[in-house]
Amino acid sequence: MSEHVSSLKLYIGIWLALLAGTLLTVIAAGIDLGPFNAVVALTIATIKATLVVLFFMHVKYAHEKLTKVVIISALFWLAILLALSMADYTTRLWS
Amino acid sequence: MPNSPVATANHEAHDNPALLHHFASEQQQKDAASLGMWVFLATEIMFFGGMFCAYLVYRYWYFGDFGAGSQSLNVVLGGTNTAVLICSSLTVALAVRAAQLGKQTTVVVCLILTMLFGVVFLGIKGVEYHDKFVEHHVPGASFHFPGHIPSHPDIPINQQHAQIFFSLYFIMTGLHALHMIVGLGLFAVITYYAMRKRYGPHYCTPVEIAGLYWHFVDIIWIYLFPLLYLIDRHK
Amino acid sequence: MATAAVQSGERETYLNHQYGIKSWLLTVDHKRIALLYLMGITFFFFIGGFFALLIRLELLTPAGDLVQADTYNKLFTMHGQVMVFFFLIPAVPAVLGNFLIPIMIGAKDLAFPRINLLSWYLYMIGGVLMLYTIINGGVDTGWTFYTPLSTEFLNTHVITAGLAIFVAGFSSILTGLNFVVTTHRMRAPGMTWSRLPLFVWAHYATSIIQLLGTPVLAITLLLVVCERLFHLGIFNPALGGDPLLFQHLFWFYSHPAVYIMILPGMGIVSEIVCCFSRKRIFGYQAMALALLGIAVVGFLVWAHHMFVAGISLYAALIFSLLSYFVAVPSAIKVFNWTATMYNGSISYQTPMLYAFGFVGLFTIGGLTGLFLASLGIDVHVTDTYFVVAHFHYIMVGGMVMAYLGGMHFWWPKISGRMYPEGWGRLAALLVFVGFNLTFFPQFILGYMGMPRRYWDYSHSPEFQILNVLSTAGATILAVGYLLPMIYFLWSMRYGKPAPANPWNAAGLEWMVPSPPPTFNFDEEPVVTWEAYNYDEIKEEVPVAQ
Repeated sequence: MSEHVSSLKLYIGIWLALLAGTLLTVIAAGIDLGPFNAVVALTIATIKATLVVLFFMHVKYAHEKLTKVVIISALFWLAILLALSMADYTTRLWS
Repeated sequence: MPNSPVATANHEAHDNPALLHHFASEQQQKDAASLGMWVFLATEIMFFGGMFCAYLVYRYWYFGDFGAGSQSLNVVLGGTNTAVLICSSLTVALAVRAAQLGKQTTVVVCLILTMLFGVVFLGIKGVEYHDKFVEHHVPGASFHFPGHIPSHPDIPINQQHAQIFFSLYFIMTGLHALHMIVGLGLFAVITYYAMRKRYGPHYCTPVEIAGLYWHFVDIIWIYLFPLLYLIDRHK
Repeated sequence: MATAAVQSGERETYLNHQYGIKSWLLTVDHKRIALLYLMGITFFFFIGGFFALLIRLELLTPAGDLVQADTYNKLFTMHGQVMVFFFLIPAVPAVLGNFLIPIMIGAKDLAFPRINLLSWYLYMIGGVLMLYTIINGGVDTGWTFYTPLSTEFLNTHVITAGLAIFVAGFSSILTGLNFVVTTHRMRAPGMTWSRLPLFVWAHYATSIIQLLGTPVLAITLLLVVCERLFHLGIFNPALGGDPLLFQHLFWFYSHPAVYIMILPGMGIVSEIVCCFSRKRIFGYQAMALALLGIAVVGFLVWAHHMFVAGISLYAALIFSLLSYFVAVPSAIKVFNWTATMYNGSISYQTPMLYAFGFVGLFTIGGLTGLFLASLGIDVHVTDTYFVVAHFHYIMVGGMVMAYLGGMHFWWPKISGRMYPEGWGRLAALLVFVGFNLTFFPQFILGYMGMPRRYWDYSHSPEFQILNVLSTAGATILAVGYLLPMIYFLWSMRYGKPAPANPWNAAGLEWMVPSPPPTFNFDEEPVVTWEAYNYDEIKEEVPVAQ
C-alpha cells in the first residue's frame, strides 16, 4: 500500500499558516474596507479551508481524481442552492 | 477509473482479520471506506449549506441588525476557539501520520490531544452560550437586545431581525457543536483501539477517515467564525 | 434462534442460509435487507392507499359529508407524506436496487453491508414515528409543511411527522452512499462503466440526488421543528422571517425528490424493454447520459413550485426556462425506448405490459409538466387538480407501474418461483384502466378550476360527474394493486419453481440460480461482453406459463 506520508515540517507549516490566517482575518475585520470586508473574510476562510483539504486531508496526494470530483460537486451544488435562491431575493423588488 | 482488482487477491487477503469478506482485497476495502467518508462529507456540506442559505438571505435583508448582533459576540473567545480547532486538526493529522509510520504511542498521544482540544472548544462554547443567556440574547420570551445599528445611531436595532440573527447563531453553532461531540465519541472509540495497538502501516483506515470527518468539522468553523463574529467589526 | 438450515441435498440460497428471526433482523445480506424493506414499503403503500380511498370517497359528493374539514386536511397530508417518504422514495432503490445491484455488477454484497442494515432500521424507526403521528391524529399542513401554517398556526403533530421524515431521510442518504461507493469500487473485473446495465446507471444517478438533496430537507425540517418549539422567526413573517425561504429550502430537495422516485423506474423499464424486444437498448450512451442529465438539471428547477407564491418575476422566468430544459433528457429516453422496440421481437408478458404502460403514461405526465412550466398556464392551473393529475401520472402511472413491472420481472429471481402469468396480465390491465379512469378526469377538473385540497366543492356541483368517474377508477386501481400481493404470496408456496433465467434475459443476475446463494457467485465473474447482448442470446422469451 503506497500511501503518501507528509513530513512533520509540512504539517507544522500548514498549522502556522492557518493560525496566521485567523489572526489576519480578525485584524482585517477591524479595518473599514466597505463592501470588501466580506470578500476579504471569505477569501481568507477559503484559503484556510483549501490548505486543510489539500494537506491535512491529503487531497493533494490523492491517487484518484474521484476525490476531487466529489468535493467540487458538493461545492457546486451548494453554489446552485445559494445562487438560485439569491436570484429570487435580489430581484424581488425590481418589479 | 481503476477497476476492481482481480479475484486472485482473495487468498492473501484472508490473513488480515480486519478485511471484510465481501471485499477482494485490502486496497479495495480501504478505497471504499475512503470514498464513503468523502461522499458522506459531501452530504454534510449540503446539510450545513441549507443553514448557510438561510444566513445569506437574512444577512442580505437585515445587514444592520446582523452587524449589531455580530458585534455582541466575543471575538476573543471565538478567535481562540478557531485556534483551538486548528490545533486539533494538526494533532489529528499527526495521529494519522504516526499510524502510517507505526508509532503506536504517538498515535495515542495525538488522539488524546485532539480530544482535549475538542473538549476545550466545547468548554469555551459553553461559556459563550452562558454569556448570551445572561445577556438575554437567547431568542425567546426574554430576548432583549437594546442599542442601535452600527454607524447609525438614529436607527434602533429591530428586535425581530436581531432574534433571527441569534436564532441562526445558536442553530449553526449548536449543530456544529453536536458534530464535534459525535467526533469526540468516534475518537474515543478509536483511541481505545489504538491503545490496543490495532493501527499501523497495514491498517490505519479508521484513523484516516475519522481524521477526514474532524477536518471537515474544522472547516465548517473556519467559515462560521468570520460569518458570525466578524460582521461590521470596524464600525 | 438461528439454526444451520441447509438440509442435505438442498441447494444453499440466501433464504435457507439461516433460519430464525435473529438471522433476519441482524442480517447484512443485501438480499435479505431488500426483503425486509419490501415488507415495510408494502405496508406503507397500503396505509397511503387507504388514505387515498377515503379522499376519493369524500369527493364522490360535492358536500363535505364523509369527514370533517380538518380530517380531510389530515387525509391528504398523510396520504402524501406516507406515499412520498415511505413508499415512493425508498421502494425501488431499497428493494430492487439493494437486491440486484451487487449481483448485476458481479459483487458479493454492497460496499457497506452494515450501513445497509442501519438504513433499514432508520427507515423502520422513521416509519414507527410516522405511525405514531397518524395514530395520534396526524398532521394537516399538506405534505409540503408550508410555514408559518406548520410552525405557528396548527396544533397537530408537525414535530413528530417532521422527525419521522428526518430519520427516514437519513435512511435514504445512506442507501445512496452505499450505491455510489459500490458502483465505483465493487465492480467485477471486466465490468466497465460502459457495460453496466442501465438499471445500475439509474440508481447511480438517483443516489447522487439522494446524497446532495436530502440533507437540505433534513436541515429544513430541523429548522421547522426548532421554529415550532422555540417560536423563532426564521420562516414567520410576523417575526421578520420569510415563508418563501422555507419553500426554497423545501423544494430544493422535493423537486429532485421526484427524480429520485422516477429514475430507478426508468432503469427498470430499460431492462424490461430490452428483454421483451430481444434487442440491445437503442443509444446506450445517450440513455446513461440522460439519466445523469436528469439528475443534474433536476436540481435547477425547484422554484417552479413557487411561481405564484411571491418570488420575483425574473427568478420565475429563469426557473421556467430551466424547467423546459429538464424535459429534454426525459424525452430522449422515451424516444430511445421506442426505438429499441422498433423491429424488435416483442412479447407481452406482464413486465412488458407494465413497461408499455410506463412509457405511455410517463409521456403524458411529462408533457403536462411542460404546461405547468409555462408561467401563463401555471397561474391558471396551479393548486388545481391539473397539478394533482400531472404528478400522479408520473408517480403512479410512471413509477408505481415500473415498480410493479420490476417486481414481476425479478420475482422469479427473488423468490425462486414463477407468479401466475394470467393473473399478472389481468392485474396489469386493471391497474392501467383503473389508473387512467382515476386520473385523466382530474386533468379536466383542474382545467375547469377545481382546487386541490378542498374537501367541499358544493359551489361547483358540475365537478361531481368527473369526481365520480375518478373514484370509480380508484376502486378498480385498488383491486389491481391487491391482486399482485395475493398471487405473489400464493406463488411463494404454490408457484412453479423458477429456473435461473426464466426470460432468457441478459445480465449477470440471470446467470446465478433463482433464488441466489448468499454470496451471489461461487467464483468472481469476469465480464467480457457488452450490456444487453441479445444479439448473442439466441433463445426467445419462453412462452407464458
